[in-house]
Amino acid sequence: MTTQQRATFVNIGERTNVTGSAKFKKLVMAGDYPAAVEVARQQVENGAQVIDVNMDEGLLDAELAMTTFLKLIAAEPDIARVPVMVDSSKWAVIEAGLKCVSGKPIVNSISMKEGEAEFLRLARKVRDYGAAVVVMAFDETGQADTQARKVEICSRAYDLLVADGFPPEDIIFDPNIFAVATGIDEHRTYAVDFIEACKVIRQRCPSAHISGGLSNLSFSFRGNEPVRRAMHSVFLYHAIPAGLDMAIVNAGQLDVYDTIDPVLREACEDVILDRREDATERLVTLAENYLGSDPAREKEAAEWRGWPVARRLEHALVKGIDAHVVEDTEEARQEAARPIEVIEGPLMDGMNVVGDLFGAGKMFLPQVVKSARVMKKAVAHLLPYIEAEKDEGAKGKGRVVMATVKGDVHDIGKNIVGVVLQCNGFEIIDLGVMVPWQDILKAANENDADMIGLSGLITPSLDEMVTVAEEMQREKMAMPLLIGGATTSRVHTALRIDPAYDGPVIHVLDASRAVGVAASLVSDTQKAPLVARTAEDYEAVRIARANKGQSELATLEEARANALAYDPAGKAPPPQRPGVHHFNDWPLRELRDSIDWTPFFRAWELAGTYPGILDDPIIGESARSLFADAQTMLDRIIAEHWLTARASVGLWRCRREGDDVHVLARNEETQLPFLRQQVKKREGRANMCLADFIDPNGEDWIGGFAVGIHGIEPHLERFKAQNDVYSDILLKALADRLAESFAETLHAHVRHSTWGYAPDEHFTNADLIRETYVGIRPAPGYPACPDHSLKPILFDMLAGEGANEGPAGVSLTESFAMLPTAAVSGFYFAHRDSDYFGVARIGPDQLEDYAIRRGVSLEQATRWLRPNLD
Amino acid sequence: MSARERLKTAAGERILLTDGAFGTEIQNRKLTEADYRGALDLSRDQKGNNDILALTRPDVVDAITRAYLEAGSDIVSTNTFSANRISQADYAAEALVGDINRASARIARAAANDYEAKDAKNGIGRPRFVAGAIGPTNKTLSLSPDVNDPGFREIDFDELKAVYREQIDALLEGGADFILIETIFDTLNAKAGIMAAKDAAAALGRDVPLMISMTLTDLSGRNLSGHTVEAFWHAVRHADAVTIGLNCSFGAQQLRPHVQALSGIADTLIMAYPNAGLPNELGEYDELPEQTAALLKEWAEAGWVNIIGGCCGSTPAHIAAMAKAVAGYAPRRIATPARVTRLAGLEPMILAA
Repeated sequence: MTTQQRATFVNIGERTNVTGSAKFKKLVMAGDYPAAVEVARQQVENGAQVIDVNMDEGLLDAELAMTTFLKLIAAEPDIARVPVMVDSSKWAVIEAGLKCVSGKPIVNSISMKEGEAEFLRLARKVRDYGAAVVVMAFDETGQADTQARKVEICSRAYDLLVADGFPPEDIIFDPNIFAVATGIDEHRTYAVDFIEACKVIRQRCPSAHISGGLSNLSFSFRGNEPVRRAMHSVFLYHAIPAGLDMAIVNAGQLDVYDTIDPVLREACEDVILDRREDATERLVTLAENYLGSDPAREKEAAEWRGWPVARRLEHALVKGIDAHVVEDTEEARQEAARPIEVIEGPLMDGMNVVGDLFGAGKMFLPQVVKSARVMKKAVAHLLPYIEAEKDEGAKGKGRVVMATVKGDVHDIGKNIVGVVLQCNGFEIIDLGVMVPWQDILKAANENDADMIGLSGLITPSLDEMVTVAEEMQREKMAMPLLIGGATTSRVHTALRIDPAYDGPVIHVLDASRAVGVAASLVSDTQKAPLVARTAEDYEAVRIARANKGQSELATLEEARANALAYDPAGKAPPPQRPGVHHFNDWPLRELRDSIDWTPFFRAWELAGTYPGILDDPIIGESARSLFADAQTMLDRIIAEHWLTARASVGLWRCRREGDDVHVLARNEETQLPFLRQQVKKREGRANMCLADFIDPNGEDWIGGFAVGIHGIEPHLERFKAQNDVYSDILLKALADRLAESFAETLHAHVRHSTWGYAPDEHFTNADLIRETYVGIRPAPGYPACPDHSLKPILFDMLAGEGANEGPAGVSLTESFAMLPTAAVSGFYFAHRDSDYFGVARIGPDQLEDYAIRRGVSLEQATRWLRPNLD
Repeated sequence: MSARERLKTAAGERILLTDGAFGTEIQNRKLTEADYRGALDLSRDQKGNNDILALTRPDVVDAITRAYLEAGSDIVSTNTFSANRISQADYAAEALVGDINRASARIARAAANDYEAKDAKNGIGRPRFVAGAIGPTNKTLSLSPDVNDPGFREIDFDELKAVYREQIDALLEGGADFILIETIFDTLNAKAGIMAAKDAAAALGRDVPLMISMTLTDLSGRNLSGHTVEAFWHAVRHADAVTIGLNCSFGAQQLRPHVQALSGIADTLIMAYPNAGLPNELGEYDELPEQTAALLKEWAEAGWVNIIGGCCGSTPAHIAAMAKAVAGYAPRRIATPARVTRLAGLEPMILAA
């Protein structure tokens, strides 16, 4: 796609010229710009290396039409890849056009018609806009018709321009191609005059070029395409060697000189070279024979429209052409046994090509946007048929057992993948959350599943997935194992899960890829290549990993020596209200306003930042519709009190000992060991540890909190009964957002009053999301504090003696996931310098040290900290 | 000698250094809203409005500028990447665009002059230059923000040209030697900037030398408006820029093939200043000065560059390391491409003579 053009003769497309193409004129006059854009696309596909755009038509607002059309084709990379020739007899139209065209275009044209001063004024403007220019052989006295006049005018213009500093290579002369074979005697030499003038001008004006509008030549044979084509081809055959190196032609309508009927060719040659007295009469007579014999040229111009429907659909997707997609989709649907096959077949094929090209950096954003639009139109057309068919209980094309692994309770992503796979004809057996490996294997075997899909959000789930793989291996199973979820990765899959199981293991990045992978795995022909390719890829990852020079680690001692220097000036005052506080029904209304919507959209695989995402060119539409649904549901959640927001906050005295913080809660001291960054830092950057935010010399304060959004279950049951998977996912996602919003709101409350170290701060929601306030609330299991196992310690401190439930009603699974899932917990640090960071990789020295401080075996510590180990 | 000639002369003798990032340097100083706001009476919060520091904390801008000069920068750029009417509107500070640019240029001018004088006192004739930096704004002339209306544009050429012109005039008034149109993601935006500079030059009746720097948004080597590096060069060659090059985008490693491509075709000085590697998952730049410098040294060895420096994440230490790494290497010899017609859509097109 990026092969550079180095041309010796340039075809300039003429079909986007209202004066040259009746069809284009009709489309523009009717305001049918999408179809007009297609004309441009066809030209480029047919080999036009530059496209001429001309809107000079009395009944058109030429400036508006020019700018509208140029902006539209700028959005079509297939067209915009070639330079534009901005063509008008009015300078105002040209200048308006130049303000919309990027790259380096050509202006067509300026001339000395209004005198030398005006000519140079416009030439300078052309230069300032960074364009090349066509200079018409036209002066104060008129248009050049003879060889001598052509040469004279072009020479004068050249000398003026070059003396003014205009680059000679950016000058293109148009010495006027006039019609021949008109029956008027003076016209007989027009073609010869042009050809002879070319020779002289090229010699006289070094580096300049010569162009011409070809269609004029054959004007007297309007309606007789074969003759016109022959005349053009013959003319070019003689003019190009003379120096013509550009021409405005219909690139799809040129004949190869040698293939022209010899009789016609000779007759044309006689006319163009003015070789016989009766040349015109002879050609006129001969032309009769070719009338109405126009072969399937037009069809060829839109050749792809004649392809089989599957190929047409793929082509439309890859090229982003939506003009025919509904009719093509309908045709494909009628041919297909089932409507879903249209999606799985040609549409997915096309999208895969798009995905591959984009991934390889060979396609870029605007093209992908267009493809997505085509796909959307096609799927929208098919959806009613697919849904109608579903009611008949069609048999799935494959059976997938899906589960969130033991210890983990997060299932939004898994549910989205399930829905997408179902839409694509798969049968999903969803085992839910916290599913032990025994149940997963049993369900897979009993149902004769085609594959297993595992999901998990928290880091301990990664280990659990390895366990599932090991057990599948022990049972000598062979079915493919798909891995997905926020903390999973291709690298982890390659390094840890894949080696544990001889069957195929494939990491699936997101729901959009799940279909392609699952479809390949149930295909007789595609399975083996996919499995082999993936295995190779993972092997490459392992080899790369083995050979990779990891970033250097400091020793724990060095890292501690490079700790953040504690600044006593930034210490927060003691809390206004120390101890543990419980909030059992925080008004949901207050939480609604502070929702951070960006992660909500991310949960739906809509990437972008709120509120900008609502206007996003690609996903804005789906984002808006999703957002509206969310607002409607929030209204009901609040009005009907579907959910209850509970929280517990503790503010405790503490002291620091190295990287440990000793907390005085419930009248006993609890040791909180924190981890320190060990990756070697640049001069001036500390190796951070959360303990650094606590005063090393004397008493200080630390906080902890848990929030939970309760009461979701009966509503989920209801949605399940209604088969309303959309509302199910929506409610879970909203509950998650409310929990996060609650954590943020609660933190503000703590800063303002409970702890009260920042009573006067006032921030907008955007500020809160950007975390511009003083103090942090790092959560166990997240980068600054990666050990999930600190959660039970925190919960014990928060829950209080003899509590029969966790703080804020939140409980923990064996992998330290929180229940309900819409829950957040963490610590509060109030020092002015406290900030978020990622612990990242740690060394064996810190692992050992941490195991001792945490009071567990090295094996246990290794298991908990595995994501941070080599 | 004019600034253009002096730069060309100096660049003919050795590889020159421009400066590194301002943003990350300012961030490291953890300034508060009060620092940003100073005594200005503005309706919005100013925290994050780095450019306004020229008015409210000139000492910070001055210190960073001098740190780069100390590290070995031959060119320092003004801290005015967002000091245009469009970007300042986010801070309700549009009325201060002229003041910010003038003040910022004066700070850089004074610092550059001091260092030039200091060198001169020690018998070293080493010119130091000020590049008036112009960012791309956050509006684009080539793309529609609305998928359903691909012909829509948020701004037009003349409006954007006026925005650039205001900034250019103020930078020149404050003493900038060059106008640096940098981080160009939209080629048409750059063309509006070039036109604005040409108009400014015509109004002043003197040469306003331009430095032009494209940024790539994908690894295949295109900017956001879709232009390849070579198509971009064709589209801006009429600017007669004193330097052409690439900045930001990625780290030096990823930028390498594109610097090489441009080096072979551009008949003017090449200036390239990549980011300090790719950001880590927290958005920070971890590449050490020696690492960046080692990568740029390869460019020097290959003879691809005349001026180098750093963009996001780079520090005075990076510039010092670069200066050390490329010392002694001959500067790139300016390409002498054939005189042929160079057109461009998103892709380049050359019409043989």
